[in-house]
Amino acid sequence: MKHIKTIAPAALKQSAEHGGCGECQASCQSACKTSCTVGNQSCRNDEQRPTENV
Amino acid sequence: MIHTFQNMGRYFCVDTNSGAVHELDKPACTLLERLTPPLNAEECPADVLAELELGGFDRAELCEIYTELRELEQSGQLFTSDECEAFAASLRPAPLKSMCLNVAHDCNLRCAYCFAAQGDFGTGRELMPLATAKAAVDFLLAHSGNRRNLELDFFGGEPLMNWSVVVDTVAYARSLEPANGKNFRFTITTNGLLLDDEKIAFINLEMANVVLSLDGRRHVHDDMRPTPNGHGSYDLVVPQYQKLVAERQLQDPDRSEYYVRGTFTRKNLNFAQDVLHMADLGFRKLSMEPAVLEEALPFALREADLPAILAEYDRLTEQLATRRDIDFFHFMLDLGQGPCVLKRLRGCSCGNEYCAVTPNGDIYPCHQFVGLEDWRMGSVHTGAWDAQKQAELVRAHLYNKPECRECWAKFYCGGGCNAANVLYRGTLFKPTPLSCELERKRVECAIALAAC
Repeated sequence: MKHIKTIAPAALKQSAEHGGCGECQASCQSACKTSCTVGNQSCRNDEQRPTENV
Repeated sequence: MIHTFQNMGRYFCVDTNSGAVHELDKPACTLLERLTPPLNAEECPADVLAELELGGFDRAELCEIYTELRELEQSGQLFTSDECEAFAASLRPAPLKSMCLNVAHDCNLRCAYCFAAQGDFGTGRELMPLATAKAAVDFLLAHSGNRRNLELDFFGGEPLMNWSVVVDTVAYARSLEPANGKNFRFTITTNGLLLDDEKIAFINLEMANVVLSLDGRRHVHDDMRPTPNGHGSYDLVVPQYQKLVAERQLQDPDRSEYYVRGTFTRKNLNFAQDVLHMADLGFRKLSMEPAVLEEALPFALREADLPAILAEYDRLTEQLATRRDIDFFHFMLDLGQGPCVLKRLRGCSCGNEYCAVTPNGDIYPCHQFVGLEDWRMGSVHTGAWDAQKQAELVRAHLYNKPECRECWAKFYCGGGCNAANVLYRGTLFKPTPLSCELERKRVECAIALAAC
């Protein structure tokens, strides 16, 4: 495309396929302890474990 | 739902429901803002073309852009419908994986903005006995289900005031790892006053992350973070922080995580200077939080301060665009491999996957809820755990918060701080507007920086 560059993929819905494993860090715990934000957290689902305990 | 914005002279579009983010040129952004989905017509609407031609845009170029926008829409990257609500309906109580241990309800500083009432949370000064800390570790293990990575944060008050309990609790938890198939990740937050060589060595050996409190420039820090006798603490803590970070970076690179974390109030709305001051001191992983306060306090952030704060975030973004060696916590965004949608729906997951334990063993949904008696969820001594409260907190997801449902930034934010929602709006289900405005701005800045 000439006028538009996609810088993040449309991956939100697909992320549920292997999501919910819960191995990631609690977001508030990481560095802020006051204002919550989740977008800057990392996924720790290295092994693509199947969804459980959603 | 889409959101377009400009930052550092560049144009962006967030397609909220798909997670796609696009950078556009000015004509493309201008056209997009005038279109109404769905883009069924093969040709760009004549009235839009006419309006933009009058504004000096080129007709042929606009037609070309329209074709590109239609391609994005047809490939599920623009004007996508919301298919994430179905996941919210499936959320249910999850195992506990993260615990904040308030090992000291006492503090050796008297920070003016302290949410913990100068360390004692309004309930009297108290240190956590080792037996209680061990009971908390046992409670975490017992409620962690199949979670392998468990997190234990030493918090306060000031946790270094109860140092022996920190050391002994780490040893106790480590001793339980093999038999339980768990991996503990320890973190600690400190004001730095009691740091010495021994504590620095232990923290760098055992703590996966350390949060070091510093508000930035000396006069800003000393004004808000005095000792009990009224003296500033900047000169006491900065050299210790520099030593800790230098030694941490020399050790195992895997143990190099740390944050130098500040708080800004309406007394330093030029807080970008404080962030850059931290960088000048040699620190590279930085965080600067808006103070969570009653508006009546003279240094509390108010709605009237918003224009100044938003402009300051812009100034900080421009500075950080030239300082890519600095990680600013709220501008970090993994556009390719961030958290799954289920985590984004849950948000902080306090009182569900995360809880806080007070020195006497009481359990609260998180450290910010401590002292709100209605929100006491149990005790590590009796094993009591309020499953009804947990269920209520599980329901506090994005789609049960009407203002969040309509927000373009909801999947980056996660629904705000539940404790702040309760404190300032009286319910889990209504976020605080000032925090929302700041979060939206920070997401814009983060996207712009990620695109650089």
